[in-house]
Amino acid sequence: MTKYISSTINHFILSIGLLIMVVPIWIIFASSTHSSLFINTNGLQFFLGDNFIDNYSRVLFKQSGFFNEITALKMFFNSFVMATGIATLSVITSLMAAYGLVYFKVKYATFIFWLIFITLLVPLELRIMPSYIVMSKLNLVNTFAGLILPISASAIATFFFRQFYKSIPDELLEAAKLDGTNSLRFFIDFLIPLSKTMIAAVFIFMFVFGYNQYLWPLIMTTSEQYWTVVMGLKTMYGSISDRFAFVIMSMIPPVIIIIFLQKLFIQGIFQNK
Amino acid sequence: MKKVQFKSNYSQYFFLAPQLLILLIFLYWPIIQTFKDAFTMQDAFGFGSQFAGFDNFLFIFSDPSYFTAFKFTIIYSFVITLITGSIGLLLAVQANKVMHGKSAYKTLLIWPYAIAPAVVGVMANYFFSERYGLLHHLFNNLWGFNWYENVFDAYIYVIIAGSWKQISANFIFFLAGLQAIQKTVIEASIIDCKSNIRRFWTITFPLLMPTTFFLIIINITYAFFDTFGIIDTTTIGAPGSETKTLVYKAYIDGFKGLDLGSAGAQSIMMMIIVLVITIFQFRYIEGKIHYN
Repeated sequence: MTKYISSTINHFILSIGLLIMVVPIWIIFASSTHSSLFINTNGLQFFLGDNFIDNYSRVLFKQSGFFNEITALKMFFNSFVMATGIATLSVITSLMAAYGLVYFKVKYATFIFWLIFITLLVPLELRIMPSYIVMSKLNLVNTFAGLILPISASAIATFFFRQFYKSIPDELLEAAKLDGTNSLRFFIDFLIPLSKTMIAAVFIFMFVFGYNQYLWPLIMTTSEQYWTVVMGLKTMYGSISDRFAFVIMSMIPPVIIIIFLQKLFIQGIFQNK
Repeated sequence: MKKVQFKSNYSQYFFLAPQLLILLIFLYWPIIQTFKDAFTMQDAFGFGSQFAGFDNFLFIFSDPSYFTAFKFTIIYSFVITLITGSIGLLLAVQANKVMHGKSAYKTLLIWPYAIAPAVVGVMANYFFSERYGLLHHLFNNLWGFNWYENVFDAYIYVIIAGSWKQISANFIFFLAGLQAIQKTVIEASIIDCKSNIRRFWTITFPLLMPTTFFLIIINITYAFFDTFGIIDTTTIGAPGSETKTLVYKAYIDGFKGLDLGSAGAQSIMMMIIVLVITIFQFRYIEGKIHYN
């Protein structure tokens, strides 16, 4: 009996948690299926309306922005290119750098180690203005390279991969050496397959991180052609139900990734704990 | 690093080169520029500049709005850490206990983690708008809510907007921490201590200490940096500069006000704060706490 009561309390508390996390999004979603006129007279809605297809297709394909040069579809494309670029570049450079640090004798190793890890102390937000100046000197404003490179300049993934490599038993390398494996082969044939889960977790993390960037695209894109979804939200013009629909669409890609790959993601967190 | 390593004169640099190159161009160059700016005085049109010593630092220390931003950032990180940490822990403990629907709860509680802070801010905007806002109406009926004039009300606005998605992050890590505790430890403690609540505080919570410290750091960094998108889509620092975080103020002064010297000095102050937090983190998390 007491067991039954305590489990009821557990479910009750969890349900309140669910209400807090889910209801705000549901209200925005429900409101996004009504016409703007209806929202303007009746406020936010709990129940679905019947303008779903109208609103969403209008937002997706309509030219918007100040100069009417971009559609939401193009913004999604830009966000995908940016997020994939950031995730791919971070994974590749970090995997390689961590390998160089762990499996080789490096001259000035301590110096290089600090050169890489001190960067964890300086998030992009702290160097935003000088970064912009550097990018304009390199003629990278309004390019995908400009959106991707400064955000990939992060050592957080190197730190994770380094921890992971250090946990791999030395016997593996000894055995490989006996077989006469060279360093490149060892990296490609042994370490990368072993790090698959880690790679996936880091990729997911960096993809969501890249997709969710707001300040950097805001500064780096003076041409509407390069607007991304998250920054477009603030600058997009349109009726209130259009904006609701855009808010809902903007969160779909990262949310789907996290929901479907949560096991992988959590495993990745665990491996380096 | 490893006892067994490859012997080579150049391959290691081949592996290190891509990352080092990107860091040097896109990180060290701007950082050096930041230091240059911080010690330079520039006229408003960017025509001339001269070495200014610590003038930019003296300027921000004599600026009352810098202290307002400092005070707000401290309060903001403290409240966000407290709220999201305790709600996250409460939910994680419940989710760890239930037999049925565990994975459904987990999925539904995790996904707000993926939403961008700026998107959360835009959503909060609707809930606090005078016209449609449910929360605005609720608080207005309770005490006459007016965030663009009343500092306390503006705090409530940005705290609710800032805490919401971070509850998910705390939930994920606390749940992971709870699941890592060995079953035998819990079973043994049930024999010794009948009271659920006492058992939690004397056995389970101390075992969660590494996770808790880790989350405190994560929450503080979130409140310092990631909330930029939230502030910029909700209050924009209003009323006055009362809800500007340090990062937001540095951005406004540098990018909108074009005062590179002051923005550079503010960035360096922030780097020092982050450095202190990181040293603290290494001291306590990497060093002292190892229960598992």
